[in-house]
Amino acid sequence: MQALDKKLIRDFKRLWKQALAIALVLACGVLILLTAFGMHKALADTRATYYERNQFADVFASARRVPNSLIPEIEAIEGVSAVQTRVVGNAILDLDGVDVSVTGRILSLPQSGAPRLNIPILQSGSLPSPTATSQVVVNAPFALANGLVVGDMFHANLNGQKRPLTIVGTALTPEFIYTIGPGAIMPNNETFGIIMLPQDAASAVFDMDGAFNDVAIKLTAGTTPQMVIDRLDPLLEPYGGLGAYGRELHQSDSFVEAEISQLRVMALILPPIFFGISAFLVSMVLGRIVALERSQIGLLKAIGYSNVEVCLHYLMLAALIAVVGILIGWGVGGWLARAMARQYAQFFDFPFLIYGASPWVYAMSGLAALLTTTIGAAQSALQAARLTPAVAMQPPAPPQYKRSIMDRAMAVMRLSQPTIMIFRSVLRWPLRSGMTILGLALASATVISPAVMTGALDKIIESAFYETNRQDGMLVLSNDMTESVIETAADLPAVLQAEGQQFLPVILRNGPNEKRVNIEARRPDVDLSRIIDTDGTQINVSAGGIVLSSRLAAHLGVAIGDFVDVQFLQGTQKTHVLRVSGVIEQYFGLGAYVDLEHINQLLRQSTRISVINVSLEDSEVRALHAALRDIPRLIGVIMMTDSRRSFSDTIGQNMTVMNTIYIVISLLITIGVAYNGARIQLSERSRELASLRILGFTRGEVSYILIGETMLLAVLAQPLGWLIGAQIAVLMVNGFSSDLYSIPLVLHPSMFAKASLVVLAASLASVLIVRRRLDRQDLVAVMKTRE
Amino acid sequence: MRSNLEWRPCDGSNGKGSSCHKTALTTGSPVSDVVFKTQGITKVYETGAVKVFALGGVDLELFSGELTVLLGPSGSGKSTLLNILGGLDHATQGRVWFRETELTDMGDRGLTRYRRDHVGFVFQFYNLVPSLTARENVQLVTDVSVDPMPAEEALTLVGLRDRMDHFPSEMSGGEQQRVAIARAIAKRPEILLCDEPTGALDSTTGVQVLEALRDINARFGTTTVIITHNAEIQRMAHRVIQFQDGKISQVSTNNHPVAPSEIVW
Repeated sequence: MQALDKKLIRDFKRLWKQALAIALVLACGVLILLTAFGMHKALADTRATYYERNQFADVFASARRVPNSLIPEIEAIEGVSAVQTRVVGNAILDLDGVDVSVTGRILSLPQSGAPRLNIPILQSGSLPSPTATSQVVVNAPFALANGLVVGDMFHANLNGQKRPLTIVGTALTPEFIYTIGPGAIMPNNETFGIIMLPQDAASAVFDMDGAFNDVAIKLTAGTTPQMVIDRLDPLLEPYGGLGAYGRELHQSDSFVEAEISQLRVMALILPPIFFGISAFLVSMVLGRIVALERSQIGLLKAIGYSNVEVCLHYLMLAALIAVVGILIGWGVGGWLARAMARQYAQFFDFPFLIYGASPWVYAMSGLAALLTTTIGAAQSALQAARLTPAVAMQPPAPPQYKRSIMDRAMAVMRLSQPTIMIFRSVLRWPLRSGMTILGLALASATVISPAVMTGALDKIIESAFYETNRQDGMLVLSNDMTESVIETAADLPAVLQAEGQQFLPVILRNGPNEKRVNIEARRPDVDLSRIIDTDGTQINVSAGGIVLSSRLAAHLGVAIGDFVDVQFLQGTQKTHVLRVSGVIEQYFGLGAYVDLEHINQLLRQSTRISVINVSLEDSEVRALHAALRDIPRLIGVIMMTDSRRSFSDTIGQNMTVMNTIYIVISLLITIGVAYNGARIQLSERSRELASLRILGFTRGEVSYILIGETMLLAVLAQPLGWLIGAQIAVLMVNGFSSDLYSIPLVLHPSMFAKASLVVLAASLASVLIVRRRLDRQDLVAVMKTRE
Repeated sequence: MRSNLEWRPCDGSNGKGSSCHKTALTTGSPVSDVVFKTQGITKVYETGAVKVFALGGVDLELFSGELTVLLGPSGSGKSTLLNILGGLDHATQGRVWFRETELTDMGDRGLTRYRRDHVGFVFQFYNLVPSLTARENVQLVTDVSVDPMPAEEALTLVGLRDRMDHFPSEMSGGEQQRVAIARAIAKRPEILLCDEPTGALDSTTGVQVLEALRDINARFGTTTVIITHNAEIQRMAHRVIQFQDGKISQVSTNNHPVAPSEIVW
């Protein structure tokens, strides 16, 4: 090893605390890039491969009952490469030993065996025999969650008939990567399963002989979904078509897509912040090292080292810091990526493992970190290279202080000399002070942004579960039924109160803007499922009016008082005009609300409902579940209490983890900035501070100068940090919002206070560590040191 | 101003046995046994509006194997001249030769090469790298030299055989300066340029350092230039060049240089 390399390694060892403080900040950038970008790529690649191998369709449509004779016409649409029709229905399942109600989505399998599109992958067993009437394949996560294996039997309430079904296989399908039951907000494999039944059996059960009610279409390359949707909708319309849609509205795919885009947002927003701070810290530390080693640089040049060699020597020092940061980032990032992969395995059902980050993501994150530190080091390294040996041998010129307006202001304020020293130093190095303020501000912002997200989720939970939807359960009917069914429901065990609600698939139009949604119809002054405005008051929709969620109103370009065309997709498919009577803030879905009685009058039918909302007596819930299995017209039961608990638990857990991670990150940034800043200050001022001690200043008075500057910058950083934190929160809120949900911006003074407390405390701790060096300072030695 | 001395000493102590003869100074190309030649060099430092004239036109020749002392008070221009001769700095005006090679307008790359191959430096404050041991400090030079002597040999030559693995902070000032000398001679330089080598040392330690320098000069015939403001040191030189206000004020020959051990201050 060459002597210069030995110097490099010893310098690095000497600086290890400062180097580590920087390396940890850099490591944060590396690990976030690695996990967010790595998982983004892993998830996107896995999905793409899965979709391609298993022929995931591009366009989907449902209808009431379409004769098979229409299939050739669908196949003939330009741009269609494959068509798969089937029968789809819902059923209440009765599983041995399971007390709660379980809902099943019934899908028919073609006579020929596996479907051409959305091909299931068998995980165990085999496909049912085409002629069998009671053999089924269930989705593997459902089997796993309920302890079901091939050969097990359960009962299903199929269109009013309770029938035994035998599991012959378990499978996964690209349609249900994110398997979420009707009305549920989180996947729950215990209470919702996919049941695949042979075509003949399914047709018989749902009265679909020679017909289908669901179609999936694969497009040829270069065809857009809209081109086919435009041709398909008129074909299906006479048969109760509910409007075709592309992958972007496919429930499972849109959840996966939302996750992928969240990861993308994270990979784009966060790493640059950490890399930026690291570059600044490297630049600050290396700048000081070059200043301190001025005469050594002169010597190296005097004895014949070239500018390039000197420049490389200092770049290598930065590279060593980068290497430590990269290794820590890779280590923790790799672990985090695996933890995230496990998390995804819990929510997403992929047939093959999402395997963390690929080698090139590691390489890319490492290269980005190396590049960042090199950029940070470049100025100082070039300065070292440019220093002519004769000049380098001379001590540097003392810094030039000039009188400014601030000095006159300080004179007027009669500040003490140490305080003036603090202010002068801050003003003397405006760029460095500015960057330190920015770094500490980002540390505060790092605590604020996830706190805003936590606040937002609390607000969502409060609004969705305790203000709007107050029912304990929802009984989902197979078809809309007259309101008299509510009385039947009220007689069920445990039911204290029962109210009806109708869901109607429609297309809302305003000029060229249109959106396919389910509108909700309810009677005024219902108690269980309410429409609540931002100020907490209950809204009743007037006859002839429609209340829209603000996102839906924005999408359609309408405001209160405007009119929208409402095309009903069931029944006669007629279009009616409704007046927008209200616009409300809402966090889930694209809500649209109408008056139950009025809307049924428009449809020229007696008042009907699709769902019965119930409030329950807890002690009798088991009896209710037992009774529900035998009610023929019921296709699903949603226990809101369970949903609330599982949603709150999962979100709460995730938020605690996220907040902790971000606080740790903020601490790392603060320590990186404050510790290095104080060390450099001490190094620059050691003679000055020693002189003060010799003049009779106490340790406390001298420490005040050191601590004062860091804390002054930390305090100045706070308002900026609040601003940046709020801005990042706005970015995150916008970035994470989609058609599925929007996130409210909740800003509370306690969030800002907590962030500032974390950063100020960590700054103080960092500077106090440096202060200990001041105590150990050998006054005589310091005074003898040649600058 | 031009120095009027155009001959070199001949004391027979030259390890390489180089010849002693008078050389005629002519303008234009330098003469073969002349190691350094300068013509009217000036150096002006500009700091803001202030101009400082460090050298005010210096003509000088230095000869192979000679030990020259540049004597003068602080600020008289000695170090500036040394920096220019050593290729650390450029003159503002005038010309400089090292043997047949003109250094005057040589670029940074050429000067680096020149320093690496020909010049050894010793500084007042030793300029050792604190994070390297004595041996490693010398290796800094041997790592980049064409035909260096082993670091151990160089350190033995300055009497530090037993202190090779000590860090600078573990050594006395005199020892540190001897490490610096070992570092300077390890590349077997033709020229040794010493800027106040005893400036930071007491008399006894200073004499040890001077002995090391004298020894190297005698043993290898290394052309040695010692800058000092200490008039006593001139007694060991072959030639003494006195500086005043950026100019050579006097040049004298010392036909009977004394051993450093006889010098006291």
